[in-house]
Amino acid sequence: MESVWSRLEPLLPRVSKPVQYIGGELNSRVKDWESAQVRWALMYPDAYEVGLPNQGLQILYEVLNGQDGVLAERTYCVWPDLEALMREHGIPQFTVDAHRPVGAFDLLGVSFATEMGYTNLLTALDLAGLPLTAADRDDSHPLVLAGGHAAFNPEPIAEFLDGAVLGDGEQAVLAITSLVCEWKDAGRPGGRDGLLLRLATDGGVYVPRFYDVSYLTDGRIGSVRPNRPGVPGAVAKHTLMDLDDWAYPSKPLVPVAETVHERYSVEVFRGCTRGCRFCQAGMITRPVRERSQATITSMVEKGLAASGFSEVGLLSLSSSDHSEIHEIARGLADQYEGTNTGLSLPSTRVDSFNVTLADELTRGGKRSGLTFAPEGGSDRMRKVINKMVTEEDLIASVTTAYSSGWRQVKLYFMCGLPTETDEDVMAIAGLARRVIKTGREVSGRRDIRAVVSIGGFVPKPHTPFQWAAQCDTATVSARLRALGAALRSDPGYGRSIGFRYHDGESATIEGLLSRGDRRVARVIRAAWEDGARFDGWSEHFSFDRWLAAADRALDGEPVDVAWYTSRERGYEEILPWDHLDAGLDRDWLWQDWQDAIAPGGAAEVEDCRWTPCFECGVCPAMGTEIQTSPMGMPGSRRLPVVAVGPAPAVGPASAVGPASAAGPASAIAGEA
Amino acid sequence: MRFASHRDIARAVERGVRKAELPIAYSAGFTPHPKISYAGAAATGVASEAEYLEMAFVTACVPDDVRDRLNAALPDGIDVIDVAERGSEQGLANLEVSQWQLTLPGVTRAAAQAAVDTFLAASRVEVERHTNKGTRRMDARAAVISMDLDRRAASALPGECEMLRMVVRHTSPAVRPDDILAALQGFTNNGAAGLELSAPPLITRLAQGPLEGAAPAASNGADGPAGTADRTDRQPEAAQQEQVTPLGATAAVPTASPR
Repeated sequence: MESVWSRLEPLLPRVSKPVQYIGGELNSRVKDWESAQVRWALMYPDAYEVGLPNQGLQILYEVLNGQDGVLAERTYCVWPDLEALMREHGIPQFTVDAHRPVGAFDLLGVSFATEMGYTNLLTALDLAGLPLTAADRDDSHPLVLAGGHAAFNPEPIAEFLDGAVLGDGEQAVLAITSLVCEWKDAGRPGGRDGLLLRLATDGGVYVPRFYDVSYLTDGRIGSVRPNRPGVPGAVAKHTLMDLDDWAYPSKPLVPVAETVHERYSVEVFRGCTRGCRFCQAGMITRPVRERSQATITSMVEKGLAASGFSEVGLLSLSSSDHSEIHEIARGLADQYEGTNTGLSLPSTRVDSFNVTLADELTRGGKRSGLTFAPEGGSDRMRKVINKMVTEEDLIASVTTAYSSGWRQVKLYFMCGLPTETDEDVMAIAGLARRVIKTGREVSGRRDIRAVVSIGGFVPKPHTPFQWAAQCDTATVSARLRALGAALRSDPGYGRSIGFRYHDGESATIEGLLSRGDRRVARVIRAAWEDGARFDGWSEHFSFDRWLAAADRALDGEPVDVAWYTSRERGYEEILPWDHLDAGLDRDWLWQDWQDAIAPGGAAEVEDCRWTPCFECGVCPAMGTEIQTSPMGMPGSRRLPVVAVGPAPAVGPASAVGPASAAGPASAIAGEA
Repeated sequence: MRFASHRDIARAVERGVRKAELPIAYSAGFTPHPKISYAGAAATGVASEAEYLEMAFVTACVPDDVRDRLNAALPDGIDVIDVAERGSEQGLANLEVSQWQLTLPGVTRAAAQAAVDTFLAASRVEVERHTNKGTRRMDARAAVISMDLDRRAASALPGECEMLRMVVRHTSPAVRPDDILAALQGFTNNGAAGLELSAPPLITRLAQGPLEGAAPAASNGADGPAGTADRTDRQPEAAQQEQVTPLGATAAVPTASPR
């Protein structure tokens, strides 16, 4: 397959940051085109600097290229300056590995971490020469498949997709690859449609065209039904068990260009069962599956040796929750002491223990900033979202942090949460003031800082808040303005407190795209035709363009932007993603939603990693189980463990009891 | 690799040193940095066959071994050609001039020759460059030691183009090859034959070295920097590839541990 490089190269001196288009990353691979039976183009639909470090894409790239006869290359969204030149010179969307045209591949897999990349998908499809509408494509075009968290409601882009894959991709891409290979070997029976039917029936792929959606006169969905025999009524997510058997990435890609994360990242566990009600990631990635200390240590050794990186990130949704995090942290800190290797835990809870952990990881190094995410400003608000952190917990954590030499604390919040009042948001100002006051007292210094970072809350599918009314743009913006003014005007504290926020406008559009149905595709296409690109970047995002596109595209429909965003849904309403199965029991989610907004105050749900099962439904529905304490190490547990034992009523979801056949991750050290 | 900025190259070299597990020395202080210093780096968009850098090690290293380990660890397009121990000499300070090659697509021979003749005949050629700090005016002519057209090399390339070779003094503020090209193009406004490019020029640094060794523009980097007696500055094998920025000689200096 012809490379477009000779035509692309003369254009590069004319664009910004041309180095992002050259490829040639350390550990990237260019395989022979002709001898490959199945060829994947993998795309992260954002700029190279954001997409290159993406773990999901790097893992699939390595898994696929590790197979004989399979070739995978990567492609990212080009900036508008190069897009214009590519259109002028007829250069198609290309991969950075061998600069091959994306349209020549068998499959284009696109990983959506956020819905704000949808317009970038259209840019790439159009530049690749593919019809935007999946139904208009023929046998010469690649299949366009979506993955990533946003694929748990792919309905707003269903029209543009041939398929979507829910959940963990490692095994799913291999299954799809073998089906494509068999289909090719068999002489492509049934053409494109025949392949899609195989993927839908045997490959665990959601193929939107095999489902018909009807609507009621009031705009709600009337029904979602399969229109082909053999296609499942609900499509289940993929869950990878025994992460120790899948130690990827082992050869991390090291770019020449500067990217947003310059480090080797190892996922210490997948899934989270904290049960924060706003958190889609915590709901759709259940159950918790930990990697063992031995695997993590060996991955770090090999990853650093293969890359030359000087920083290691221990990734997960809440890394300090790993049942053996202390051993892991101390082990790595010992091993790399004096080697100028930085260690970090990017996602941690508000907890003094985590400050101690961070101290361990930064032994002898710089202690610049520590980040906590209380999410809500008042204790009441945090109960509603099931973020079980009190103001006293937070103050205790920052006391530990400032007194052990940390100079800055970052605090993450959301605005517009269900039941939120002006007072809940203004409580953030009081909290920040107390943080600074405490910090000055315990550190004896005036130069400590706190940064309040806040964004508009977006209700997400497959969470208890999927039924919630999103707070309207004007209210969110007004509350953020008032909070900013209060923080800045505070005498004696204003200069010690930084304030960063995302306004309510982008949250409203993200809300439209998150909980939209198939009709929203028209809005996306209209906004893209009007020039929408890189909507996740505030300098490119235009609220007015989106509103105008929605007005035009939904003209004559009983629905509009407010209907999709600030309208509360009822129990009976069929949600656009109800036929997509994350394993969560719908009644459990509904009960949790009711518990959150109970007039007498919200009820708490604890973490089933430490306590008995709360019957979210994932483990029995998906045939999975919690995998913790991989080494069965005594004394590793830091939270009191409720007495455990086989709980017959809930089956394998109890996370405890006799070692199962699941391998090294089964047994639990059960001391309290 | 010519699209990589100096920062990009520096990051790649730092990682290469770590990957190669070389005993690099670190600066003292709160955020220790590996001790690597660079001679005036080629600008982004400019290829180079001859960049020089120095790194300090905490233990003595065998230069050829350092070269081989770095080459195994660096990404394609960055090649270490030679490594030499610095000893007591000045090292990078001896790099006084650079030899440049500019491929000018769509330029006719007559136009190129006219522009070169006009430039060389002038006693002073002022050029402007817009920087963040404002507009700078420099005398491009004073910095140029020699300039000629390489017809044989140009005729070997596809399509109509001319190839310009020149030796330029390292000055402060620096006169860059694109400044000189702008000067050559500026002559067309005075009624001379047009020096119009059909595509962006391809600029490559071929060699760096001391002034006395650089007089003949076609010497092609045969002279190494002065003061490094044991150095042989070979023409890099990768010179045929256009997007290659091999790093020139590296000086390995054993120093005390920073700790």
